[in-house]
Amino acid sequence: MEGYLPPLHAAAWMVAAAPFVVAGVRRIRRVVDDHPETKLLLAASGAFAFVLSALKIPSVTGSCSHPTGVGLGAVLFGPNAMAVLGTIVLMFQALLLAHGGLTTLGANVFSMAVVGPWVAYGVWRLAAGLGRSFAVFLAAALGNLATYCTTSVQLALAFPDPLTGFGGALVKFLSIFAITQVPLAVVEGILTVVVVNLLVQYSRDELSALAFGTKVMGAK
Amino acid sequence: MRGRNAILLLVAAAIVVLPLLVVGNAEFSGADGQAQDLIDRAGYQPWFEPLWEPPSGEIESLLFSLQAALGAGLLGYYVGLRRGRREGGPDDRRTELHAGD
Repeated sequence: MEGYLPPLHAAAWMVAAAPFVVAGVRRIRRVVDDHPETKLLLAASGAFAFVLSALKIPSVTGSCSHPTGVGLGAVLFGPNAMAVLGTIVLMFQALLLAHGGLTTLGANVFSMAVVGPWVAYGVWRLAAGLGRSFAVFLAAALGNLATYCTTSVQLALAFPDPLTGFGGALVKFLSIFAITQVPLAVVEGILTVVVVNLLVQYSRDELSALAFGTKVMGAK
Repeated sequence: MRGRNAILLLVAAAIVVLPLLVVGNAEFSGADGQAQDLIDRAGYQPWFEPLWEPPSGEIESLLFSLQAALGAGLLGYYVGLRRGRREGGPDDRRTELHAGD
C-alpha cells in the first residue's frame, strides 16, 4: 500500500511507532545480555513471523490475506521485542516485495508490530489461568485480529466516507480486513500452539530463563 | 504431544483448504488490493511509488517463497538443534566413552 496514506498520516504513525521500536531494541539488548542462551530462540521467534507473513491464505470471504506471526515472540519475549522483529519483517516486504511500503511503514509497524504484540501479550497475561494451550491460542489469534482492526482504523482515519464519515469507512475497511482475517487468526493461533508445544518439549531451559517459562511450566 | 500437534496441524490445514471448497469460484484476490481499489474509487492518487517492484508475478512468488523458506529453515534448525540436544544427550556421552577406550 505504498503511498496510500497521506503524508501527514504516514508521518504521525511513524512518530507513534518509533518509541516502541526504541524500547524494543533496549529490551532485546537486556534479554540477550541476561540470558545469552535465548538468542537463538529470539531469532526463531522472528523467523516464525517471517514465515507466517509470507503465507497468503485463502479465506471464506473469497479473498486472501496473511497471518502476522507476532504472537509467539510477544508471549515469549514481551511485546516490545516484537516491535523490532516485526519491523525487520515489514522492511523486507516493503523493499523486496513492494508489499506494505516504506511510506506506510510507521502505520504497519504500529498495527502489526506494536498493537498486535501488545494485545497478544495482554490476552496471554489475562488468560494464562485457562491453561497454557488455550491462552497461547487466544493470544496469537486475537493479536492477529487486532492488527487488522488497527489497519482498518488507520485507513478509515485517512479516508473517511464522504457521507457516513469515519464510522462508515471503518465498517467498510473492517469488512475487507477483519472478516477475511477470522479464519486466518484461528490458523495462526493453532500454529503458535504447535510451536509452543515443541518449545515446552525441547527448550525447557530457555523457557525457564524467560518470564514466560515459570508461567508455562506451572500451567499445564 | 506429537499426536496432539499432528491433529492441530491437520485442523489448520483443513481451515486453509475449506474456503477453496466452499467458495471455490471466488477470486481470492488480496485483501490489501481490495482496500486499495476502494480508496482508488474515491479518487485518491497515491503520492509515492515502491522503490522497486518484482518485475513479474513469478519473481514475486520466488521472493515470497524465499521469505517462507528462510523463516522455516531457521525455525526447523532451532527445533532440530534443541531436540537433538535433549534426546541425543545420553547417546553422545556413550560415544565419547567409547572414543576414550
